[in-house]
Amino acid sequence: MTRRARYLAVVRTVAWRNLHSVIRAPALLLPMLAFPLFFYMAFAGGLSAVGSLPGFDYYNYDAFQFVFVLLQSAAFGGVFIGFSIGADFDSGFTRRLLLAAHDRSAVIVGFGVAALIRAAFVWAVVFGIALATGMEVGGDGIELAGLIGLAVIVNVAAFLFAAGMMTRLRTLQAAPAMQLPLFMILMTAPIYVPRNLLEGWISSVAQVNPFTAIVEAGRSLMAGDPFHVLLAFAAAAGFAALLSIFAIRGLRKAEAAG
Amino acid sequence: MTAQAATPTLRSQAPYLAWRSVIRTIRQPIVIVPPLVFPLFLLAINASGLSAATNIPNFPTDSYLAFALAFPFMQGSIFATNTAGTNVAQDIGSGFFNRLALTPMSGRSLLVGQLTGVLLIGTLQAVAFLTAGLAAGASIQSGVLGALVLFVLSLCIAAAFGAIGLFAGLRTGSAEAVQGLFPLMFILLFLSSATLPRDLIASDWYRTVATINPVSYLIEGLRSLIITGWDFEALALGFGVAIAIFVVAIWGSTVALRNRMVRT
Repeated sequence: MTRRARYLAVVRTVAWRNLHSVIRAPALLLPMLAFPLFFYMAFAGGLSAVGSLPGFDYYNYDAFQFVFVLLQSAAFGGVFIGFSIGADFDSGFTRRLLLAAHDRSAVIVGFGVAALIRAAFVWAVVFGIALATGMEVGGDGIELAGLIGLAVIVNVAAFLFAAGMMTRLRTLQAAPAMQLPLFMILMTAPIYVPRNLLEGWISSVAQVNPFTAIVEAGRSLMAGDPFHVLLAFAAAAGFAALLSIFAIRGLRKAEAAG
Repeated sequence: MTAQAATPTLRSQAPYLAWRSVIRTIRQPIVIVPPLVFPLFLLAINASGLSAATNIPNFPTDSYLAFALAFPFMQGSIFATNTAGTNVAQDIGSGFFNRLALTPMSGRSLLVGQLTGVLLIGTLQAVAFLTAGLAAGASIQSGVLGALVLFVLSLCIAAAFGAIGLFAGLRTGSAEAVQGLFPLMFILLFLSSATLPRDLIASDWYRTVATINPVSYLIEGLRSLIITGWDFEALALGFGVAIAIFVVAIWGSTVALRNRMVRT
């Protein structure tokens, strides 16, 4: 068996184990699925009157909220897999995995693949429900692919952050340390209205929040009117690159801890 | 010795359990801090992020902060469900209930005692939320007396949701099951008139859900004191719904407690 084949075998095994546990216990998938659906219903349904405000120039409030919910679910999908890593550290399973794998980064990549597959399932369900309940899509196939691509990078970046935290803290009890920073970044972006309608402190924070560029580019792709897409991809990819270093260094710390 | 003297009364028993509940609450910062911090954080985000909503025709106030100030009171009450339910479930899990079952303690004393810690947190929350709201520029249209009624209503709501937590804890005996109530309560909060007045909700299905959701009336009761003044219909509905939830949940808790504390 070549080195590459061994690496892929570890990735496949770790990913399959995680997905298998979700198939056997669907309750694990429920929060991942329920929260985006609920947020979509609550924001798009409850606040749709906001879409008729002067200065709100987006074509459809459902689509406006859908993009945020899609990117939010991408981010939380990446973080939720951190719970699995933490639980495996608590039970001692991750340590045994790290001992067994020739290249230990394959274990982290395996968790990442599982995070992406789980997120893709959630996106399919949320997208299906949004379309079924009347959301209009302005963009064409390529623009939608761009939106999904953006969500994939956000998912990977969030996963790398979660992996970096969990390999350092090595317990499920550290879950709030993963969730809180992400929650702060997501919630201080323009969630309810476009940036030009924001007032007060959140307007200043949204201005410098990198997630703002990602959400705005996503919304422009959804509308079929791409705007600052390269900036958004660069911001998301830059984050992912930095967080991959964070995750690798975390893995080294976990290895050193034994 | 008369039978009445031999049987301890609610007045003699409840203070001990209430004191235990208060001390237990004070000793757990994790029970106090999140119910204070998270609602304030969401208030800050919503008040700023949705301030443009005041430009919707017929919006009842020109300050979204004042409109949204009722939201943290409700969110704090949802935390009360968790606190009360988790505490009672832990008492069951640790065997404390079994030991109580050997004493002549009455069920009513236990329920009153357990709710005291919740009311303590509810009081801290009400002071913190109102102070933060006023400091950020909101004003209470109903004046000082209205602020007092706001306190009373928020404590009624905290007691009502705390009683739901007690029922869940006594019925299941599991802290995990009580924690599972949190998302459900959160959904009830969001599917209400928390973010927009019901008559301004454009989506028909959402308006219908908000109208049958009792949380809408609790929020509208609190909000009326802040943005309207004295709206007796909204207050009657708010107090009425809070008391109804409390009565039903306490009745359910009493039955669940009776079943759990079968003396041998």
